[in-house]
Amino acid sequence: MSQCKQFCTFFLDGMLFGIEVLKVQEVIRYQEMTIVPLAPKIIKGLINLRGQIVTAIDLRQRFKFSERFSHQPPMNVVVRTEDGAVSLLVDEIGDVLEVKEEKFEPVPETISEIIRDLTKGVYKLKDKLLLVLETEKAASIDSFQDRLVKKGK
Amino acid sequence: MGYNVMSNEEMVKEFLIESNENLTRLDQEMVELEQNPDNIALLSSIFRTIHTIKGTCVFFGFSKLEALTHIGENLLSRLRDRCLQLTPEITSGLLSMVDAIRQILFSIEIEGKEIDTDFSELIERLTKLNKEQTTNKEPKSLNQQPESYNKDPQILSQQLELSSKDSQVLSKDPEPSNKELQNPKETRRSVVPSNKTEALSDFVSSNNKTEILQMLSGFNLDIEQANRSNSTFYTESTQETIDLNKLQTENRSLTQVLSENTRNTQNLSDNSIRVDVSLLDKLMNLVGELVLARNQILQFTATQSDSAFIATSQRLNLITSELQEGVMKTRMQPIANIWNKFPRVVRDLAVLCGKQVHIEMEGKETELDKTIIEAIKDPLTHILRNAIDHGIELPQVRQALGKSPEGCIFLRASHEGGQVNIEISDDGGGINSEQVKQKALKNGLITPEQAACISEREATNLIFLPGFSTSEKITNVSGRGVGMDVVKTNIEKIGGLVDVQSKLGNGTTIKIKIPLTLAIIPALIVTTAQERYAIPQISLLELVRLESDSTNLGIELIHNTPFYRLRGNLLPLVYLNRELMLNEANLSHKSNAINIVVLQADERSFGLVVDEINDTEEIVVKPLSKHLKGISCFAGATIMGDGKVALILDVLGIAQNANVISEVRDRALTDKLTKPLEHSEHSEHSENYQTLLLFRVGKTGRIAMPLSMVARLEEFPSTSIETAMDEEVIQYRGQILRLIRLSKLLYPNAPSLPEQEVIEVIVYAEQDHSIGFVVDSIIDIVEENLVIQHRSHRQGILGSAIIHQHVTDILDVHNIIDRVDPHCFEPVISNKDISYVSM
Repeated sequence: MSQCKQFCTFFLDGMLFGIEVLKVQEVIRYQEMTIVPLAPKIIKGLINLRGQIVTAIDLRQRFKFSERFSHQPPMNVVVRTEDGAVSLLVDEIGDVLEVKEEKFEPVPETISEIIRDLTKGVYKLKDKLLLVLETEKAASIDSFQDRLVKKGK
Repeated sequence: MGYNVMSNEEMVKEFLIESNENLTRLDQEMVELEQNPDNIALLSSIFRTIHTIKGTCVFFGFSKLEALTHIGENLLSRLRDRCLQLTPEITSGLLSMVDAIRQILFSIEIEGKEIDTDFSELIERLTKLNKEQTTNKEPKSLNQQPESYNKDPQILSQQLELSSKDSQVLSKDPEPSNKELQNPKETRRSVVPSNKTEALSDFVSSNNKTEILQMLSGFNLDIEQANRSNSTFYTESTQETIDLNKLQTENRSLTQVLSENTRNTQNLSDNSIRVDVSLLDKLMNLVGELVLARNQILQFTATQSDSAFIATSQRLNLITSELQEGVMKTRMQPIANIWNKFPRVVRDLAVLCGKQVHIEMEGKETELDKTIIEAIKDPLTHILRNAIDHGIELPQVRQALGKSPEGCIFLRASHEGGQVNIEISDDGGGINSEQVKQKALKNGLITPEQAACISEREATNLIFLPGFSTSEKITNVSGRGVGMDVVKTNIEKIGGLVDVQSKLGNGTTIKIKIPLTLAIIPALIVTTAQERYAIPQISLLELVRLESDSTNLGIELIHNTPFYRLRGNLLPLVYLNRELMLNEANLSHKSNAINIVVLQADERSFGLVVDEINDTEEIVVKPLSKHLKGISCFAGATIMGDGKVALILDVLGIAQNANVISEVRDRALTDKLTKPLEHSEHSEHSENYQTLLLFRVGKTGRIAMPLSMVARLEEFPSTSIETAMDEEVIQYRGQILRLIRLSKLLYPNAPSLPEQEVIEVIVYAEQDHSIGFVVDSIIDIVEENLVIQHRSHRQGILGSAIIHQHVTDILDVHNIIDRVDPHCFEPVISNKDISYVSM
């Protein structure tokens, strides 16, 4: 008997990503947001989530992917993190998938470092691969940038 | 009597809350009493408090607490009866008793039972204190009496019973007993004057407890006098019984007083209830949300035309505002709540350091949000500690310096425009900024280069650096080098500012500015690059709008840094869009007007240029997520009426980013800040404070006039001067402004200075008329205690005064106008004149 896990999936630059269902607070359509001047580029803005102010992080920026086409408004995946709710902006929302633990494999070394850094591993689905997002890391700005700074030195 | 507290949990809780309140008051009263040992009312109050605690703990069976309070009560009753003289030792003893009581109460609160610590030492100490002095005055046996009560509560209650019988007999006794007093062999009953006893029984049934107490104390005094006058006749045993009798009667009556007391508190408690703070916090959050919803509805209402709907939403608006105010009030507490603990702290520390210190307070009733009160409690205590340990000198030193041996710590709190100012000053040795600098250098907190170039004020403020301590040795009180930095961080955490000013040899003043509340603040909404931002109104000074025609005139550049001349002072300008690196292309170029929001950051002002000024609004401050904490320009975020998020600007952060805060201005600030301090020293003239405009006329004439009489300061090119009816005039705001050259008027014989290209004009206006005084230059605007020392007989000058260490003539505006054009302001001049002269 192998264990199953449920993932909320979404697309980003044509790839399929997943976040453990329990970590997702809600998925909402694109919201108007307030830009935060001087903030790191990955922070797209602030949204009002029923009276709660939530920071929106653009995952494309986070992964250093190309800019999103403007005619395609992103979706908000609101995740719970240690520092409260954070909204992750993604291209498109997929289904909630149930995957078997045995299909898991760590991220291959050949993938770019940024992706390796922000993902836990890969589930091999029938027709495609599901990358599991390292939610806490993806929703924070420090870890990644710190590393860059250190490397620069 | 056991520890059967579980069934009484609620009552115990009540008892704890009440006792803690009482103890706090007790601390205060004790210290007060020490200064004023003859205050019977104070003693009675202390006695009553201890007695209340004792009475209740007998009821609950807290035997340690009872033993402790009992001995204290005895000591107090002796004090009240003048058998004992209050000494510092007794006060200390009683205070340690209060501490012990607090300790026990705390353990009851936490563990539900009394603490295991043995207090017998303290009891012994108190007993000894009780004995020591009494032996001088009265037979020993007397003092042992109270102790016998002490040991066994049951005996006490038996004796109480007994005494109630006695008092019945007492009140029946109809004869005045003064004669009987002469006879020592008479029974003990006769000692008490029966008129007193009758009065007593009358009073006991009455509702007025103070009367009873007064009665009682008088009663005790009478007995005391009787005792003394007759003591020679008494055998030891008789006197013992008398004392016993007295104590018992007193016990009984006090029990009755106590019950009266409880009845009174019940009446009081009808009007107030205790509410859990967390409930208030929840309420506060809800009101915050309600305010947001209200704002949204109001914005929606603006687009509606249904009058019923508009009326309803207006009512909603009003009710919400009132509700918000009400909820805020529930959380407001007077600063006295923490200050009241300070006299005790000061006393203890002073005794510990061998210094004499008294504390004075002003503005005790100043109210603050509960969270803020809690947040400033520790910092204030710490500052106080420092003031006593480091600030105030030893009595001998003070005397040698010609100061009173007793040092003074002065606390002042006041509201000022949505902020609370708290000042803690001492009249001690002050801070030696040089020493501070050396110490910081030694501890490696600053580099030698830094040390060389910092100002005196900055050096003084080094005490706020982590790891700083000037104290040569670590004392029990302070000197560990952690402290002032914690004070600073704690105050800054709640959005406050700390500043220290010190005059070597004269003392130190620490000023704290904190916001009234944290949750909901009024803010000005501005727009820049089509984004809205909220600016807390606390930092807002004024709004200036430069219309298209004056745009280029007003703003000047010094090496590409823009400035605006605001009433003669250079106001550095900061463009919000540039500061936030917003796209300039977004700027609306339609209007040529420039909106300047004049802001105050850390006592300095600067102008923030924004595209549009929208409105003021009450906003609910929400913290920013961790991601954005690093951006110093923003203090938080809020949700606007339309549901969108707006960022709250951190004025201080922006000022720092834009380098508005710099050393040069720092010095000007020091001067400004130290002045009020000096003023308070000679406060006898303080009513005469005036803001004065200083200007120069001719080569040497230094003249001042009240700023309140100045309508505007203007500069005109000298070419724009025209003449009308042989007088110099200028076109000014569509009117003809008559110019008066003060130099010609005041110094007719002096050679006139060469004509300048630009003339400086002080515009004086009254009703529809205005008149322009031409001066040679504007020097400054100062606030000064105006004392005209030298009356003048010269026309146009009231007299001379010392302003900023220079002798300055004071302009007599009305006299000048009278001379030049007596009819100009005729209808108004008479009453105005009076107010000016009364200056």
